[in-house]
Amino acid sequence: MTFEAFSIAEAILASAISAGTIYLIASVGECFTERAGVINLGLEGIMAMGAITSFLVTLAYGHLVAILSAALIGGLLGLLHAFLTVSLRLNQIAVGLAITWLGLGLSGFMGAPEVARDLLRALNPNVPSHLAELKQAPRLPDLRLGPLAETPIIGRAFFSQNVLVYAGVALAILLWFVLFKTKWGLSLRSVGENPALADSAGVNIYLVRYLAVMVGSALAGVAGAYLYIGYQPFWVEDLTRSRGFIALSLVILASWSPLRAIAAAYLFGGVEALQFRIPLRGFGAETPQLVMMLPYVITILTLIAISLASRGRIPAPAALGKPYSREE
Amino acid sequence: MDRGAEKSGHSPSPSPKVEMRGIVKRFPGVLANDNVDFTIYEGEVHALLGENGAGKTTLMNILYGIYTPDSGTIRVRGVPVKLRSPRDAIKLGIGMVHQDFRLIEAHTVVENVFLNHRELGFVPNWRSLESRLEELASNYGWKLNPRARVGGLSPGEKQQVELLKLLVRGADILLLDEPTSVLTPIETRMLFKTMRRMVEDGKSVVLITHKLSEALSVSDRITVMRRGRVVLTRPTSEVTIEELSIAMVGTQIEGVVSRARGEQGEKEPILKISNLSVMGDSGVLAVRDVNLTVYRGEILCIAGVSGNGQVELVEAITGLRKPLRGKIILNGLDIAGASPRRLFELGLSYIPPEGKKWGIVPELSIYENVALRVIRRQPYSRLGMIKWESIIKTAQRVVTEFRVDASSVKARAGSLSGGNVQRLILGRELTTSNPLLLVAAYPTKGLDIAATEQVKRILLGLRDEKVGILMVSEDLDEVLELSDRIAVMYGGRIVGVIKRSEASAEVLGSMMSRGVPVSAAA
Repeated sequence: MTFEAFSIAEAILASAISAGTIYLIASVGECFTERAGVINLGLEGIMAMGAITSFLVTLAYGHLVAILSAALIGGLLGLLHAFLTVSLRLNQIAVGLAITWLGLGLSGFMGAPEVARDLLRALNPNVPSHLAELKQAPRLPDLRLGPLAETPIIGRAFFSQNVLVYAGVALAILLWFVLFKTKWGLSLRSVGENPALADSAGVNIYLVRYLAVMVGSALAGVAGAYLYIGYQPFWVEDLTRSRGFIALSLVILASWSPLRAIAAAYLFGGVEALQFRIPLRGFGAETPQLVMMLPYVITILTLIAISLASRGRIPAPAALGKPYSREE
Repeated sequence: MDRGAEKSGHSPSPSPKVEMRGIVKRFPGVLANDNVDFTIYEGEVHALLGENGAGKTTLMNILYGIYTPDSGTIRVRGVPVKLRSPRDAIKLGIGMVHQDFRLIEAHTVVENVFLNHRELGFVPNWRSLESRLEELASNYGWKLNPRARVGGLSPGEKQQVELLKLLVRGADILLLDEPTSVLTPIETRMLFKTMRRMVEDGKSVVLITHKLSEALSVSDRITVMRRGRVVLTRPTSEVTIEELSIAMVGTQIEGVVSRARGEQGEKEPILKISNLSVMGDSGVLAVRDVNLTVYRGEILCIAGVSGNGQVELVEAITGLRKPLRGKIILNGLDIAGASPRRLFELGLSYIPPEGKKWGIVPELSIYENVALRVIRRQPYSRLGMIKWESIIKTAQRVVTEFRVDASSVKARAGSLSGGNVQRLILGRELTTSNPLLLVAAYPTKGLDIAATEQVKRILLGLRDEKVGILMVSEDLDEVLELSDRIAVMYGGRIVGVIKRSEASAEVLGSMMSRGVPVSAAA
């Protein structure tokens, strides 16, 4: 292999991991939510809110506060989702889509130069508010894990990334452990399979579902924050570009397992990385729309493949999408 | 019946574990429990016998904390208690296995058993829980893999999982609601052994059942309920089958008398099946090379333990499942693979198993359910517009002629009882067409005696009108009563077809359980 091929492979791999992390954080959270029987179609809007929050708060208080605020905003939107779908038992599809449009609209409004400037001034008057108009915030620094970062090809991808990339993998492992190895996880999965039975076994259905939705939404907020400060630190409207919906379909590809979500997310990160590489090779340089379609086309193709492979019996949680009420 | 031999015979200890006194429970329009007294002693199997709707399950649901009684007292081990939920009952050692299993199919046995168990650590030691289950299961002679997914288990094994759930929570008063209704005869025998084993260990078991023979073969005492009241409580050794049947239904059940037509002159075949093979859900042949003929004006019963291909055979005939090969000739026309609608137009009517699940849309009203069959035909619709007046008129005819007990045809079909649903389905099929062939799968399953008798009369009436009837039943008494000829199915094959006059319960029983052809069995 020539040096050039080496460095291209290294770059593609690195950008696959770094793009995949957006999907990873969001879909791991959604795995958790859906295992409790709630589908959150609001991911897209929550990610957008996480992104705009991280943009403004990073300028005001720095990265750590920004990530925590994005999680908080996500968690609050999750609380709204849970209140509407779990307590009021509204249709989960309708509520999720409403939250998506709410998040997209509100984040667009908050990102408009005059609004962003005023918001930044309100957040921290000591920061020059015209910074908001530049639409840029400092990127999360990469953490080089010592000599490992020098490993050829994979070093840059796996050992020289920002903290959220590592956190994504850690979260996937943590949530997998909670879901499949702990008492809580068993209760949560039971709520997603048969809430009436879990209820009679003494599990607090409402608490479990509220927490599952809020944890998943908080992570979607963090995914949005990562998208902005860790991946593409320049604010544009529609920054998320349907990545929330792709994360939703990755949950199916991962068959509701946070560990499999790692592979699924990085695979799609790879698709996204290629999408920016292909035009450089000359193909589609004039019609980038064609190449930009790639992730969505691949999403549809993988969903078809999963359906065929499982003969139409996708092992979704049995009570997914169904509101629960005790009086039959 | 050698019940004296297998039962311990020691007299029940004088202090009762459970005493229910003067229990009254009223539902809208029904007095489900009318001043009921019920006692459970240590170390006894107590059979709670009665027809559907007699109030047995209501009484046990009260003891399990699902319903609160309107009046009456409950003492457990001498202490008066108020049971507000099943959790209260479980704390007192009372556990119930419902007719429909309450399990999570996607989870393993051990996960199901220990869900939210108080001894479960935050990170449970599954290995030790598994071996604890294995030990408990082997104590009762069960071969249950704790790591198996519940969805892949047989009904008998699922029941064992339900029992394990109760046992690991320390239940020593076990209420089993119609536990044999989903079991094969072999599994039933095994369950009875388990029940005896449990009472030997000092537990108490209540067997809710409507089957006399079960109550007699396994219990120490029997309580009979009828219309919300206890009509008899007696040690099993001091009661006869005649007394019990009188107590249950109020009149004596006669021996099985055949209602066959007797010999007919010329025979005109209406359905001819040749070399039919059908694939089952699991990808193995469920129906193997079946040849069968149904004649006009006869009832041909397919007898056999369920799961031997009866359902798949019926589904192939009624167009719900594509046959793998073979011919199905209805009135001279090969209908293999034809759609259910085409079959209905050709004169085939179908009474599906579990009418409430497969025969009606519960959310729709009675008249809308009637409409489903005729919606494409004049005078019920024209140019794609439904004529509701004529459908409502037909629905009213169905309701009166077939005595469907409903407040109006606008009532939700799902609000009807099982017997009424079955009469509605029969009425719909027969009022909206003149069938040549009626396929009836388990048409009386789950119905009470009066409803069963009505369904039987309708079937016999159709037979007299020269309709060919193919009926599937597991109930031998019913088969013997209604059939003109009997075909026995075993392992996907028809192992023999005999005339009613040649049949006895013994011959049929051996064919059904071992697949021995009639010549060898006789």
